[in-house]
Amino acid sequence: MATRRVVFRYPRHLIDAPVVSQIARIYNLEFNILRANITPQSEGLMVLGLEGSAEDLDKALTWVQQQGVGVQPLERDVVRNEERCTHCGACVTICPTEALHKKIATQEVCFDSDKCIACELCVPACPPRAMEVAF
Amino acid sequence: MPKTYQEINEKIKSGQVVVVTAEEMTGIVEEEGAAKAAEQVDVVTTGTFGPMCSSGAFLNFGHSNPRMKVEKAWLNDVPAYAGMAAVDLYIGATEASEHDPLNRDHPGEFRYGGGHVIQELIAGQDVRLRAIAYGTDCYPRKELDTWINITDLNECFLCNPRNAYQNYNVAVNLNADRDIYTYMGVLKSNLGNANYCSAGQLSPLLNDPYYRTIGIGTRIFLGGAPGYVFWPGTQHNPTVARTEKGLPKEGAGTAAVVGDMKQMSPEWIVGVSMYGYGVSLQVGLGAAIPVLDEEMARFTAVKDEDIVAPVVDYSRNYPYNEGQPLGYVNYKDLKSGQITVNGKQIPTGSLSSYPKARAIAQILKEWIEAGQFLLTESVQLLPSADSGLTFKALIERPVEGEVI
Ligand code: SF4
Ligand code: SF4
Repeated sequence: MATRRVVFRYPRHLIDAPVVSQIARIYNLEFNILRANITPQSEGLMVLGLEGSAEDLDKALTWVQQQGVGVQPLERDVVRNEERCTHCGACVTICPTEALHKKIATQEVCFDSDKCIACELCVPACPPRAMEVAF
Repeated sequence: MPKTYQEINEKIKSGQVVVVTAEEMTGIVEEEGAAKAAEQVDVVTTGTFGPMCSSGAFLNFGHSNPRMKVEKAWLNDVPAYAGMAAVDLYIGATEASEHDPLNRDHPGEFRYGGGHVIQELIAGQDVRLRAIAYGTDCYPRKELDTWINITDLNECFLCNPRNAYQNYNVAVNLNADRDIYTYMGVLKSNLGNANYCSAGQLSPLLNDPYYRTIGIGTRIFLGGAPGYVFWPGTQHNPTVARTEKGLPKEGAGTAAVVGDMKQMSPEWIVGVSMYGYGVSLQVGLGAAIPVLDEEMARFTAVKDEDIVAPVVDYSRNYPYNEGQPLGYVNYKDLKSGQITVNGKQIPTGSLSSYPKARAIAQILKEWIEAGQFLLTESVQLLPSADSGLTFKALIERPVEGEVI
């Protein structure tokens, strides 16, 4: 048995498609939805843990891509170095999932790691380099 | 009755002073009116924290034996300017590391530079100094490679030619398909986002829009320690268009500031990397503004919704000095997370930290309440809107004939 963590990116028209339950059935996989996020304007994003035979996993991911869903392996986590973050706000429009967002009242920038899909877009875009890749 | 600096300082010394932050002053003036607020409040504190590229530090590291007149120098591989005397250096915030790939692989990451060296010095970390020289009879040494630490330096002071911009552009990208990488951050194509860079209602020069109290000799908060304004900042441009309340509608006044790095803290001076642009320095700065009269009470009651900033396209208009702003937006809307430009709703990001600005205004307030920070009367105020001073563009005069 093998396990894999992956990010699925759903284009808008596929957001309602039952892709995950289908691959579980067809390819005999166990799945665990770690994070799911559908941003209003754009695409849907889901972070999954998948378990099954290596062969089935490969086949399942190929099938998912054929359906038009983007697949990206998730091997690393992105974390925030709280000491280095200056709450400047340079990351909030870069983050695709609003894992990084500003509280309007205080203008503090919050990092909600549950929503983070580890796309790493914020890493070079953060001026004090507070967003770090954890292996 | 107008107050004098002396009166206010006597109150600070005797613990009688009434100090509020610029945020608090807004409410006081709204409730009590400017006349009463001017009687009640003596000092209003302000703050700003953002990347201020025109920054740097002077340091004197003492004479080696044998002596050396440094010709070229590097601090942690970042070139420092050595064209002053023998062992004085200036390290500029935007100087990239000697071997940085810069933008050869665009967008470059710009991991390390002068801004980082300055923060590390302040943090008390050892910094490697390498230097070379041609050698003279009085300064024979030609090479140097040593660790230095701020505690061993004779002098080490931040000396920033242009800080605390009074208002600034809101940057957007009109290009249909290319993201751009600017000193205003990453700007997504087709009006994908808008970045602003001002503390708005907390910003020092927006609380004293005509520079009635800020000028040469004004004591300020700089990097966590007391510092001073020593000159109008470069590109100081007081004659721009203003709103009815006298607030400049674009980048206007600036201040040149100086302060002792040995007393500063790395919490308020932070080296930064602007993706695809270069290195820089986030600077924390605050001014304590005396409420001399009713007019100063009104000025220091400034609100985010009163301050407007121009929305400028950085894909074409800014780099090529073309066109007009796409419109004006106020800071209340900018801080709400969304503005409308060309009929499109776009999310806003920022480069200036409002939580840090607020913390600076609070610290200054505490320093004054504790009697540790007295106000200084400027010996010469910054040139104001009536000065006729404008910010000129370069008029190039092509060099013909003799080629060097
Ligand atoms: S860009 Fe970096 S420093 Fe600025 S708020 Fe985001 S995480 Fe914090
Ligand atoms: S890696 Fe950064 S940009 Fe990507 S989702 Fe996580 S917080 Fe957002």
